[in-house]
Amino acid sequence: MTATADTRTKAPLVRLTDAGKNYGNIIALQGVTLEVGGSEVTCVLGDNGAGKSTLIKIIAGLHQHTHGTYEVEGESVQFDSPREALDRGIATVYQDLAVVPLMPVWRNFFLGNEVRKGPAMDIAGMRRMAKQELLDMGIDLRDVDQPIGTLSGGERQCVAIARAVHFGAKVLILDEPTAALGVKQSGVVLRYIIQAKERGLGVIFITHNPHHAYPVGDRFLILKRGRSLGYWKKSEITMGELTGLMAGGSELEELTHELEAAGTESSGLREVAHVFEQEVAELHVGGSGGQRTPPSDNTGARRDASQT
Amino acid sequence: MSQTVDVGTPPAPARDERVAQRSTLGRLLARPEVGALAGAIVIFIIFFIVAPPFREPSSLATVLYVSSTYGIPAVAVALLMIGGEFDLSAGVAVTASALVASMISYQFSANMFVGILVALVVALAIGFINGYLVVKTGIPSFLVTLGTFFMLRGLNLAVTKIVTGNVGTNDVSDIAGFEMAKNIFASQFTVGGVSIRITLLWWILFVAIATWVLLRTHVGNWIFAVGGSAPSSRAVGVPVNKVKIGLFMTVGFLAWFTGMHILFAFNTVQSGIGIGNEFIYIVAAVVGGTLLTGGYGSVIGAAIGALIFGMTNQGIVYAGWNPDWFYFFLGALLLGAILFNNFIRQRAEASR
Repeated sequence: MTATADTRTKAPLVRLTDAGKNYGNIIALQGVTLEVGGSEVTCVLGDNGAGKSTLIKIIAGLHQHTHGTYEVEGESVQFDSPREALDRGIATVYQDLAVVPLMPVWRNFFLGNEVRKGPAMDIAGMRRMAKQELLDMGIDLRDVDQPIGTLSGGERQCVAIARAVHFGAKVLILDEPTAALGVKQSGVVLRYIIQAKERGLGVIFITHNPHHAYPVGDRFLILKRGRSLGYWKKSEITMGELTGLMAGGSELEELTHELEAAGTESSGLREVAHVFEQEVAELHVGGSGGQRTPPSDNTGARRDASQT
Repeated sequence: MSQTVDVGTPPAPARDERVAQRSTLGRLLARPEVGALAGAIVIFIIFFIVAPPFREPSSLATVLYVSSTYGIPAVAVALLMIGGEFDLSAGVAVTASALVASMISYQFSANMFVGILVALVVALAIGFINGYLVVKTGIPSFLVTLGTFFMLRGLNLAVTKIVTGNVGTNDVSDIAGFEMAKNIFASQFTVGGVSIRITLLWWILFVAIATWVLLRTHVGNWIFAVGGSAPSSRAVGVPVNKVKIGLFMTVGFLAWFTGMHILFAFNTVQSGIGIGNEFIYIVAAVVGGTLLTGGYGSVIGAAIGALIFGMTNQGIVYAGWNPDWFYFFLGALLLGAILFNNFIRQRAEASR
């Protein structure tokens, strides 16, 4: 943990300042400011098409930002390839996990970073290391020789995270790791996020689920239509506010009215509209309850978190 | 969220009780080549019973020889298919290599090895072009190599006619270096009164090298990976394009080797041969358990597939059956092998 303290005093591992990206005349991302230090989790929230994937691609080195600055440990960078980002310790775990389903777990674990022993690979060593590393992350696999496709979604996600950690990642970018998972599996993945954080890593957690983001996050960035809606520390925002901003409270309200109007003909739609109405009401309660709470006041946050 | 974060590692069990039930048999059945092996044994027994000449050691040597001429290119084709690509031009590339070597040496009155080397360069270039077009355009290799297949087929015939005025090449047996080249590519030796062709040894060597590369080296890991999921491989830093181009060039290399064998076994080359052989290489790989979609398979399986082909090809003759039926049997065999492999793989994966 001393290493963590060191990184804390230094510049953050990753810092974007007013960063943006244009594809020709299309503005994909604009004015995004974000930072993550060691032992911190920064959550990036946004609906589909909000610019989350563009943001990841910039940080991961797949795309270059066209505006603003991108600093790694205080040094301004412009990555030309994911390899360069990896060499600086920025590892991305994509939604599809970059695993090859038919290959054994250990082969996937070391794919692209095989341990060599002369001209061949150190197969016994890699098997043992993969098993040990996964065990250290609390993943007890039956057999590292089984095809990774036979693991559950959560387990696969954890293997991908463990792999990034093993190969010296300082910053982990997790692209919607819980999107395709059930409640229990999501819990497992969130647990690994916390574990990675406790190991001193910085985590950028991309999600559209505030219920997953709030419990693990230290900072929150909300994106909408390529713009930053805001950037908060955990002490500055409550679960309710986050959910409200995420869902776009006003939009939900509009949808309710629309459904209600249509619902005069159909009782089914009316019911749906009623459900939405209740949800909007809840959002307002949560939102106003936590509105402009002083940073020290965490009661609202805790209450909301416990509701989930 | 109420879960406690358990950082402490549980004690590592010396033997995980959950893997205990996976028997040796289960492990064996999970191998890609097991279906082909079972098929090969059944076919061997059938011909052993119905075709008395099949039992002769010399017949077995012939079967192995025929198998090796298809098995050598099938080694590379299997690797390529595990890497997720096809090569329909492999059959005519064999002929093209033989034609180039023969014509260069004959027309320029050069040493045989000049022709051999030029042919090697041409064969590798064909592989490179196939691979380069596939990775750069993203067009399925089935189509790209279908194009190069027809182009080569036309070139083989047209260029041979222009150069020699004939559909075949001239006899190269009195060119300097012929004897040595024949020793390398097409000699035979006698073991216990049975004449064995050297291609059998080369075949075994190529299968051994390819299997070692595939299972024991990082390159093999990459071959499985690019076939299983190219985007995932790219994301973790595997040089996908290099691997694929390299695999196409490996096909070029073994096509060249087979072409050299044909040249030095017969001294002349007919420009029209080799058409259709590309499917036999693919059949050998598929019968041997290689997945058509890539990412799974074995070189030993492809060798067994080629052996099945050789046994059926010769066995029908030894049994005195009408050889017209051969392709019917080959097709039935292929279908059977695919169904069987499918069944085995599903079973093997379910049992884990």
